[in-house]
Amino acid sequence: MENKFFVSSSPHITDKDSIPKIMYSVVISLIPAAIGAIYFFGIQAGWIILLAIISAVVTEAGLQKLMKKSIQVKDGSAIVTGILVAFNVPAEVPWWIPVIGSAFAIAIGKIPFGGLGYNPMNPALLGRAFLLASWPTRMTIFQTVPRGGTLSGIDAITSATPLNLFKQQRDIILNFTNDPAMTDKVESAQVALSQLYDSYVNLFWGRIGGCIGETSVILLLIGAVYLLYKRYIGLRIPLSYIGTVAILSWIFSGTEGLFSGDPLFHVLAGGLILGAFYMATDMVTSPVTSAGRYIFGIGCGVITVVIRLVGGYPEGVSYSILLMNLTVPLIDRYTKPKTFGKVNKK
Amino acid sequence: MVFKKLTFKGGVHPPEHKELAEEKAIEVLPLPDYVIIPVQQHLGAPAEPIVNVGDEVKTGDKVCEAKGFVSVPSHASISGKVSAIEKRPHPVGGEVISIIIESDGNDQLSPSIKPITNYFDQDVEEMKKQIQNAGLAGMGGAAFPTHVKLSPPTDKPIDTFILNGVECEPFLTADHRLMLERPNDILEGVRIIMKVLNCKRGYIGIEKNKPDAIALIQQLVNESGNQLTVVPLNVKYPQGAEKQLIKAITNRKVPAGGLPMDVACLVHNVGTAKAVYDAVSSNKPLYERVVTVTGKGIKEPKNLLVRIGTPFQNLVDFCGGTTEDTIKIINGGPMMGIAQYTLEVPVTKGTSGILALTKQEAKLSEPEPCIRCARCVDACPMTLLPNTLARLIEYKMFDEAHKLGVLDCIECGACAFVCPSKIRHVHHFKYGKLEVTKMLKSKAA
Repeated sequence: MENKFFVSSSPHITDKDSIPKIMYSVVISLIPAAIGAIYFFGIQAGWIILLAIISAVVTEAGLQKLMKKSIQVKDGSAIVTGILVAFNVPAEVPWWIPVIGSAFAIAIGKIPFGGLGYNPMNPALLGRAFLLASWPTRMTIFQTVPRGGTLSGIDAITSATPLNLFKQQRDIILNFTNDPAMTDKVESAQVALSQLYDSYVNLFWGRIGGCIGETSVILLLIGAVYLLYKRYIGLRIPLSYIGTVAILSWIFSGTEGLFSGDPLFHVLAGGLILGAFYMATDMVTSPVTSAGRYIFGIGCGVITVVIRLVGGYPEGVSYSILLMNLTVPLIDRYTKPKTFGKVNKK
Repeated sequence: MVFKKLTFKGGVHPPEHKELAEEKAIEVLPLPDYVIIPVQQHLGAPAEPIVNVGDEVKTGDKVCEAKGFVSVPSHASISGKVSAIEKRPHPVGGEVISIIIESDGNDQLSPSIKPITNYFDQDVEEMKKQIQNAGLAGMGGAAFPTHVKLSPPTDKPIDTFILNGVECEPFLTADHRLMLERPNDILEGVRIIMKVLNCKRGYIGIEKNKPDAIALIQQLVNESGNQLTVVPLNVKYPQGAEKQLIKAITNRKVPAGGLPMDVACLVHNVGTAKAVYDAVSSNKPLYERVVTVTGKGIKEPKNLLVRIGTPFQNLVDFCGGTTEDTIKIINGGPMMGIAQYTLEVPVTKGTSGILALTKQEAKLSEPEPCIRCARCVDACPMTLLPNTLARLIEYKMFDEAHKLGVLDCIECGACAFVCPSKIRHVHHFKYGKLEVTKMLKSKAA
């Protein structure tokens, strides 16, 4: 027989997308925010990002070599993890913080479960949670003033990030409003809060303090639009997540009873945009069903607001996503779509 | 009647590549030196040879007889001498007993084939008999015996007939050309089918990428005053899958595990409709069909009228042969067709195309782990969870796979097409369906 033909199961053609294409697109989408980080926080932000990437890649390649598995770093997923770890630390952390964070993310959060596709939780967020638990002060003290702005985003107070400031001032108002001795403090807190609520523009551009990659809403959105256009992320998780945060913070975050909160402030501040578009949408750790994604986003939103308003941390995005990651198998199980033409028989 | 959403949930948009052959008028392939007539070219019981080696046969003579109701006979597609009855490679897989006929070059027609006057006034049962005798099996690919579909049980009357002119498989243009070149035969076939079914409502579904066919059929329907509705459908794969087509046109959902007749619908392919006309109007058996020979690996893509049983090699040679970098020959389209290891397989009643793919097009990458991107979930026209099912089958958890509906999979390949990890879902599902069926059988026993 002269002809030798290849035989395999249908389909015989496939779409051109591949895992590396997806991962490198995510990397590209994060570049505007990375450049923004360097602009706002200085070259040290660049070093943090670089170190985190190198640490993630080296850890993954090293472990795979050690375990005599095929080395998969070429797929780009470790680079994404590295960048996201870096985005989740303050600008003044020592060089070993991003290194340890990335190494932990890969070595504990990803490889032991079987590598890409099998990890139950977002590795980058796990790395951040580890850093936060191990070096709480280094991870929560923000000192580097962003270029062209202040830490809080307003001129009067320059000592804290917007969410930190919000929490402090709100606590003062809620606790001391009826205390005559504290009238001055309450009044100045009210002034600070209203100024904070007027600082949308600073929040939007990123002229505020915070972790290096989370501050600039506009730059993150540019990347997100690119990912949406490429269809690498969908709108179901980000919209339900952000929508839930907006609604709940509008209802509960005010100082004058229900429905007196400022939803826009809560959407723009902290790491919500980064979390909603880049980390909650992580394919591996989010539901595959359509209904499941809405539930996942809403769950993230609820936990975020609860942590921000009543929890110990000013910021709740990363823990909310990590917690919801763990519910994904359950969500997928209970939101299985009905098979075409399936009739419920009892 | 307004069609709001003429489509279905899920689906994908593979590159169509219809341009390779859609402008090529149907050419008649010269008679082959020999034909290979497999006794099984349909779903159901294989037919039984009724000729012996050495017998002389004429074109259209029956060479094997249906065995039971869900079975159809096959016919000699050339005149000549039966030279062998033996197992030969079959384009749907494996080897099947086949009747080999050496041509005498005369193409003498069987005397039973002659125009019937007033054929439309014949008794319905007579028509069904003609259709079975002519060996008709669905020509869209699945090759289910046509007369069986035309005999719904009395408690399941058909109120809607749908002619499937969708041809959603990329590359293939045989149905398209047939609609352009034999529209009257097709419409007459539809009229016969609707008479047999005693069905009053008829639709013709055609994808919008065939505007010329839509316009022509519409014009003929208008002229004839037929109660048919031509439905231009959005281009999306697998729009031509029976259940998806019914959903798009009638908004009825065929129940899982059920048949179109459960929602009072029946779907036939345009090729089958033409064959019905041939069978009823002149007793002409199904011994030839239109086959698209196409793909980047074919030097001159064509649409050919081919005798059943002609080896693929003849068709490919007539189209200038294959290019150097051809690595895959497919019976059918690229999404659901079956890869061939040899060109010595015959064209059968279900062969809608022969596709030659080049190295670059048919690149088969190593599967990577699933990253749960859920594109397969969004693409599945049966709203299954392909990623979960594939993993369950990989781990041989057939019980679970059955519960998640693996048997409802129509093997359209949309999931595997969109998968960035290049997981071969359909490969797993075919295996899984086999194992689940075995499991259910052993449980029932």
